[in-house]
Amino acid sequence: MAAEFLPPRILPSGDSAITVEFSRRIDDDANRRVLALDRLLATRPVAGVTETVPTYRSLLVHYDPLQTDFDSLASRLIALAAQPVTDANASRHWRIPVAYGGEHGIDLDDVAKMLDLTPDALIARHTAPVYRVAMIGFTPGWSYLSGLDPSLELSRRLEPRLRTPPGTISIGGVQTGIQCIAGPSGWHLLGRTPVRTYQLHRDPVFLLEPGDTLNFYAIDAATFDAMERAAEHGDVVAELVAS
Amino acid sequence: MSKLIVTNVGPATSVQDAGRFGAQRYGLTPSGAMDRLALATANTLAGNPQFAAAIELGPFGATFTAQDDPIRFAVAGASRGIKIDDRPLPLNQSATLMPGERLVLGTAREGVFSYLAVERGILGEATFGSLSVNARAGLGSPVPRPLQSGDRLDVRAATDRTERAIAALPLPTDPIRVVLGPQDDEFGDAVETFLAGTWTISATSDRMGYRLEGPVIRHPSGHNIVSDGTVNGSIQVPGNGQPIVLMADRGTSGGYPKIAAVIGADFGRFAQTPPGRPFRFAAVSVDEARRAAIGFAALLRDLPSRMVEVTHFEFDVAALQNANVAGSAVNAVDAGTWQSETPQDQQP
Repeated sequence: MAAEFLPPRILPSGDSAITVEFSRRIDDDANRRVLALDRLLATRPVAGVTETVPTYRSLLVHYDPLQTDFDSLASRLIALAAQPVTDANASRHWRIPVAYGGEHGIDLDDVAKMLDLTPDALIARHTAPVYRVAMIGFTPGWSYLSGLDPSLELSRRLEPRLRTPPGTISIGGVQTGIQCIAGPSGWHLLGRTPVRTYQLHRDPVFLLEPGDTLNFYAIDAATFDAMERAAEHGDVVAELVAS
Repeated sequence: MSKLIVTNVGPATSVQDAGRFGAQRYGLTPSGAMDRLALATANTLAGNPQFAAAIELGPFGATFTAQDDPIRFAVAGASRGIKIDDRPLPLNQSATLMPGERLVLGTAREGVFSYLAVERGILGEATFGSLSVNARAGLGSPVPRPLQSGDRLDVRAATDRTERAIAALPLPTDPIRVVLGPQDDEFGDAVETFLAGTWTISATSDRMGYRLEGPVIRHPSGHNIVSDGTVNGSIQVPGNGQPIVLMADRGTSGGYPKIAAVIGADFGRFAQTPPGRPFRFAAVSVDEARRAAIGFAALLRDLPSRMVEVTHFEFDVAALQNANVAGSAVNAVDAGTWQSETPQDQQP
């Protein structure tokens, strides 16, 4: 039986959230089902649901326990999860500029050595795939992407860094991601993008939606600086391509 | 209009309201008051909506002065010395600070967080419906960071009315109730260890997470899971086996397995547990937790009906003693430990 038709596990997260778990691993089919259920809940609101948080393999559904209860919400979610899966966001594709290596990506050379690649070959393998925004979480705009070339899988650093710069593009395990604001990270830093996935007072405040697809392309330091200045003034800098 | 001027303040003092909900799907942390019942109590006394923005004080003291017009305020939550100049005041009672007077709040004695509510609220510009400070994301108003000495907050002048008090309910000392999950099945026998254990909260805790000290919780399947969503009270277990309870400033997703979550009705009480005080957890069903949530909502709803007018000044021996014992010192050494960053608590 294809994973697509297995019912999800319904797990309590405290008394006001339900984790709808489609898989325990990073799994593209599971993520598609997560995003499909998320869209269903957005278009057909269920009483008592306050907000939803899609992740790689599960949808966290926050609810108000004064308005609904676990059992009735759980059966509603199981019914919705059984509906056919559609990819509604397939038309949103972004091109994201990245300045790789040097001061922008201090781990690029080391990562290339660990993987037995030249830095250029590493950049080529990182810019080749079409990635999907599997989830956004941890800190505002932190976008977790699926689709990393399996040859770039690498354990996270043993010693996480306390502060990594805004716009960092990094890899960790089977994941790659776009970090928007400065913060701690144990991932390997390959480069930086001038694109701000979260920017207050810009419309939209949050650039990417779970389910969007994107690819990276390399830019030089001078282009990065120019784009960074434009981004500071509210320019999106990323290119939206209809696919 | 009036101004409330911060003349001396410890770390971990910030403007907080009910929090910023609705954008967790973009990684936006909700923030908000650590103890909603205490926030609601202070606001009720000040004549405000229950979750209006107020000043959340951590374990340390603070001093304020009023400028221009009288300011009505109330303090609720963790007990601490409260004085206007040299006049001691009780917790859970409104009072009026005249221009030029000093409001001196001591260090917390029972509990961790107190709320200083000002009549008609703190004035600021809401983002995503909230004034709550989330320094990491640069959010919060009137300042997007914890308060500092010299900050001047716009507030409204006190209205002409009598002061009010609410008799404090004794804080239950029962175990902190949790609902097991969502990854409790990965822990096997360690769930028993978790529930049987006596725990304390480490001094290196903050609004993002409370680190627990107690028996080592092992998880046979390894400490890295695929990141999934978190809630207020999620109890995650990193590789060293010492759980971390995610608090109001948590990351919206986390990559450590979660053995349980503190129920909503006990979240504030848990947040008020001081470092070093032993406590235990007790597992309840989701249905029991829901009944507790309904009871907690009733407690909030009934706050106004428990309020009494204070018609004359009563000499409050306990308040006087408390004020004298506590003083108003801000202990910078302790402050450093309690406020320390806890970057390993959560990883992307």
